[in-house]
Amino acid sequence: MQDTVSFMRLRQEGVDSMRRPQGGATAKNPIKAMKRVLSLVFGERKAAFAFIILCIIIVAFSTVYYSSFLGTFIDEYVTAIIGVEDPDYSPIVRALAQFAAIVSISVIFSYVLQRIMVKISQDTLYEVRVKMFRKLESLPISYFDRNPHGTIMSRFSNDTDTLNQMISNSLVHVLQAIITLMMLVAAMLMNSLLLSFVVAVFVLITIKATGSISKKSGKQFSRQQATLADVNGYIEEMMNGQRVIKVFCHEERSKEDFEALNMKLFESMSKANTLANIMGPVTMNLGNLQYVALVIVGAVFVMLTGGGHAGYTIGALAAFLQLSRSFSNNVNQMSQQMNTVLLALAGAERIFELLDEESEIDDGYVTLVNVVENPDGSLTESSEHTKRWAWKHPHKDGSPVTYTPLKGDIVMIDVDFGYVPGKTVLHDISLYAKPGQKIAFVGSTGAGKTTITNLLNRFYDIADGKIRFDGININKIRKADLRQSLGMILQDTNLFTGTIRENIRFGRLDATDEEVEAAAKLANAHDFIMMMPDGYDTVITNNGESLSQGQRQLLSIARAAVADPPVLVMDEATSSIDTHTEALVQDGMDKLMENRTVFVIAHRLSTVRNSNAIMVLDHGHIIERGDHEQLLAQKGVYYRLYTGAVELD
Amino acid sequence: MLKILLSRVREYKKYAFITPLFMIGEVAMEVLIPTMMGLIIDVGVAASDMDYIIRMSVMLVLAAALSLSFGMLGAWSASKASSGFATNIRRDEYAKIMGFSFADVDKFSTPSLITRMTTDVQNVQMAFQMMIRIFVRAPIMFVFAIIMVYHNGGSLSAVFAVAIPVVMVAISLIFGRSHGYFTRAFKGYDVFNRVVQENLNGIRTVKAYVREEEQLGKFEESAEVIRSNFKKGQTIMALLNPVMMSITFACMIAISYIGARLINIGHMETGELLSIYTYTGQILSSLVMVGMVIVMFSISWASMIRISEVLSTEPSMSLNPDGIKDVKDGSIVFSDVSFGYGKDSKVLSDINLEIRSGDMIGIIGVTGSGKTSLVSLIARLYDVQSGSVKVGGVDVRDYDLEALRNQVAVVLQKNTLFSGTVEENLRWGNAGATESELRWASDVASVTPFISAMKEGFQSHVEQGGTNFSGGQRQRLCIARALLKKPKILIMDDSTSAVDTATDASIRRALREDVKGLTKIIISQRLSSVMDADKIVIMSGGRIEDVGTHEELLSRNAGYRVLYETQTRGGGLDA
Repeated sequence: MQDTVSFMRLRQEGVDSMRRPQGGATAKNPIKAMKRVLSLVFGERKAAFAFIILCIIIVAFSTVYYSSFLGTFIDEYVTAIIGVEDPDYSPIVRALAQFAAIVSISVIFSYVLQRIMVKISQDTLYEVRVKMFRKLESLPISYFDRNPHGTIMSRFSNDTDTLNQMISNSLVHVLQAIITLMMLVAAMLMNSLLLSFVVAVFVLITIKATGSISKKSGKQFSRQQATLADVNGYIEEMMNGQRVIKVFCHEERSKEDFEALNMKLFESMSKANTLANIMGPVTMNLGNLQYVALVIVGAVFVMLTGGGHAGYTIGALAAFLQLSRSFSNNVNQMSQQMNTVLLALAGAERIFELLDEESEIDDGYVTLVNVVENPDGSLTESSEHTKRWAWKHPHKDGSPVTYTPLKGDIVMIDVDFGYVPGKTVLHDISLYAKPGQKIAFVGSTGAGKTTITNLLNRFYDIADGKIRFDGININKIRKADLRQSLGMILQDTNLFTGTIRENIRFGRLDATDEEVEAAAKLANAHDFIMMMPDGYDTVITNNGESLSQGQRQLLSIARAAVADPPVLVMDEATSSIDTHTEALVQDGMDKLMENRTVFVIAHRLSTVRNSNAIMVLDHGHIIERGDHEQLLAQKGVYYRLYTGAVELD
Repeated sequence: MLKILLSRVREYKKYAFITPLFMIGEVAMEVLIPTMMGLIIDVGVAASDMDYIIRMSVMLVLAAALSLSFGMLGAWSASKASSGFATNIRRDEYAKIMGFSFADVDKFSTPSLITRMTTDVQNVQMAFQMMIRIFVRAPIMFVFAIIMVYHNGGSLSAVFAVAIPVVMVAISLIFGRSHGYFTRAFKGYDVFNRVVQENLNGIRTVKAYVREEEQLGKFEESAEVIRSNFKKGQTIMALLNPVMMSITFACMIAISYIGARLINIGHMETGELLSIYTYTGQILSSLVMVGMVIVMFSISWASMIRISEVLSTEPSMSLNPDGIKDVKDGSIVFSDVSFGYGKDSKVLSDINLEIRSGDMIGIIGVTGSGKTSLVSLIARLYDVQSGSVKVGGVDVRDYDLEALRNQVAVVLQKNTLFSGTVEENLRWGNAGATESELRWASDVASVTPFISAMKEGFQSHVEQGGTNFSGGQRQRLCIARALLKKPKILIMDDSTSAVDTATDASIRRALREDVKGLTKIIISQRLSSVMDADKIVIMSGGRIEDVGTHEELLSRNAGYRVLYETQTRGGGLDA
């Protein structure tokens, strides 16, 4: 019975050792983390928690009962019939029937307990995952700048996995062990104080021994994880650069480097594993020694007290031995579970860190609504899809709600910005764009072109100054509405696994199939889509790896076209695409730009030439502004960029 | 397949073989100990024979010490064997993959190769450790325990004749039923991870289009797949313990009753009965262990297949170390070449082209017209389907591959820098390059201007993939790296696309003036990059459409003229 349990655990540990979390192995504040985990698991399930405790008590009680039953059985029933001719078996049958009844209860309750825990643990994990993802989606862009994707990813994979181990396995085992231990202690104390003392001594030794082993193995384990990360990192880098390796005939060198890392991993891995594997034999044999000690002390005790009814009987000793075995099994189980629990708590802390991150603050109250125009020119809000939009602006002073038509008029006044407080990267940026105008940003890497565009949609918040959209301070506009009115075409197109249609519809979820296709046609994407095996229903995976760079750009234009926003922010791609596709992209962009206010980070001369105004940026300042001819005439930075004397990228 | 994998145990075989021996020792002690315990009670305590108790106790302590030593030795040898096994697999796989040709890499795909070298190896290592520890231990335990029961209880062992088949049926039902759910749950993890990954990469897109709620919906769907399958699988697994407990208790009751009768007629001692209780647990749990190991094994089965696929792939191109080592000059001749990436694909056909040593050749054409394919045949990155490619007058297949590639430097379209310093990256081209050679290559590739502006110069740190350098800087570093090889042929596959026109021109000027005798092949989307070449090759649909100088093509090729006009009219700020 106990062996079954310990095997379940063994398997669990095997799985653990593969899925141990990367990073710190110890929690900073395990107790606090534990409290929070418990409230996640049982916070909303107090009744279930009470029932679980009840189940555990019943199971623990029956464990104690049958641990002592066998001794009593032999002592009172079996010994009574030794040598008796034609004995009466009915007391034996009755005792066994009673035993059967009680263990049946134990079996039933332990099954119920496990069923409940399966449900609770899987539900909790689901909730934790959803909470994490909801939080993730709400975090400001700066969070993603600060934290490497790999780290965030491991919150979702490794850390939730260890949490899973703990909730679905360790939690119940530890609770069960604690309650069982309390009962066993009571039973042992009632049986014999002297022998209980012997057990106590061994408990101390066991704790000491396992403690020192797990401390050592913990250290080895982190070392193993570190080298494993090195090896896997090396593999990833070399596999990705393999073509270069071959072109430079670097195979042998790279094999040598790998060999060194691989051998280092072997050393640390075999040490860490040895320590982990040793735990079992050590605790088991400490249990055996305890048994020997108990037998000797017990036997002396039985002999001294005469063994009769007045004294300590062999049956009592046998019962105690049985109890003590259960006891040491439970102690072992606890001490081994502690490892998993501590690891899981360290992971839980990292999960909580993510959950406690500050979400993007949105206190905008100006919203975007559909309107109809009244005969007198005023606007009335409409619940229908009128294709006419207006900013609904409730006023704090109590004056009536005003409706401002959505036009795409943008003004920036004396804007300062820094990613880190105190480190300003944009200085005194002032500019305006009337509806339908095109503004181009030009400048070298790090001049602040992308940064400006990221302020418009409030990916970042400005430090000083003002940005107005149709005359409204953008800080007053609800972020979702602000962003919906700004189309973004980023330099790198992000596609999501799904059909092409779904990816275009990403721009506006209620777009009809016709609207999606119309957008694709406008973007010049229709033709290549129709060439694909399933047309618009072709599934793309892995960020559209089967598509060319140019095709991905066409899809991103189509996506913006279907969203049909009054203002467009574009980062022209620098990556090289062939002339034919480039012409298609260019044409698609031109069509998309018609009748919209456009901010474009420009790399193409034609784009710049067609702009109403060009802003030349340098180190966060606008150093030149004007249209193409004016700027050329100035013979300043723009002139030198244009003539190719300065690098731009 | 198993043979392919197991042959990788190699020098760790001795550890793999002694582990079961230690296990046998440990198990023997584990089985012996309950009997000794029974004897102490039956003989020693019952007869108040203190001498006997002491004697047996000493033996028990000895047995425990033996069991401990065997256990620790087993732990040590098992982890040596399994870590060594994994180390060997990793080494062999790595070496194998390094020997792969471009075509082999295409076949597997890079992400898949990474999985095969990381996660899969860990899975197999774990399965192996389970095999040599538990898969050996459980059956031995089973046999020993059965023997002991028979020895102590005789006819009592009949109970197990009934119990064992019941346990086996129960285990296979429970494991069999739940396995499918777990497999599905693990597949669900792939989708789950993908959704998170896509959102991390595309967070700006998601936020720009305010699609947080929609993505949450997708995420919930994938998390639900994991939840429901785990729930179903674990619910079935939850039966395991209760079923095993029931069977164990049923056995104990039967044994108690029969045992009582045996004791009554003097065929058994009470202590023996007590130890049989312990054996009951051992027998039944060893069956569960075997079941578990089988499940674990089947989980890692897919990993084993993936690894052995890598190990058993024969590289489709041999390095040909006995081939010709000397590349005479940088002349290239394509005769009737056709080529495709698979048997049925045709990417190039009827290619005939002669390039004189020292010439500069430009190649243009739309995406998919075969430009990259054409140049990759020169360094023999792939083999032709028919026809031949000659470098320095010799068929590329007759060269020692390393010698050929040392003379043909390719700056790939998707180029990679490696983590380390700038200098380390450049030295890939030539580990023994002198200081002045480094400077020279940096000058030619226009690396010097931005490197000298960096505080640590050539010692500046390069991040994985070179992400801390701009696209144009990366391209220039890659060109310098290729130049350090001092090749006879330099192929630049769209290698200056992110470099501004002025720098691009100065690189070409330097290549022409400072690297005499080098054959230069430049693929570009920009006409300005190839206009001054000795010959311009126009590719279209896998064929050579036209070859000529800029002036010739301008006068006779209408497509070229249109291209020229569009590019000079609307060329671009950095083109």
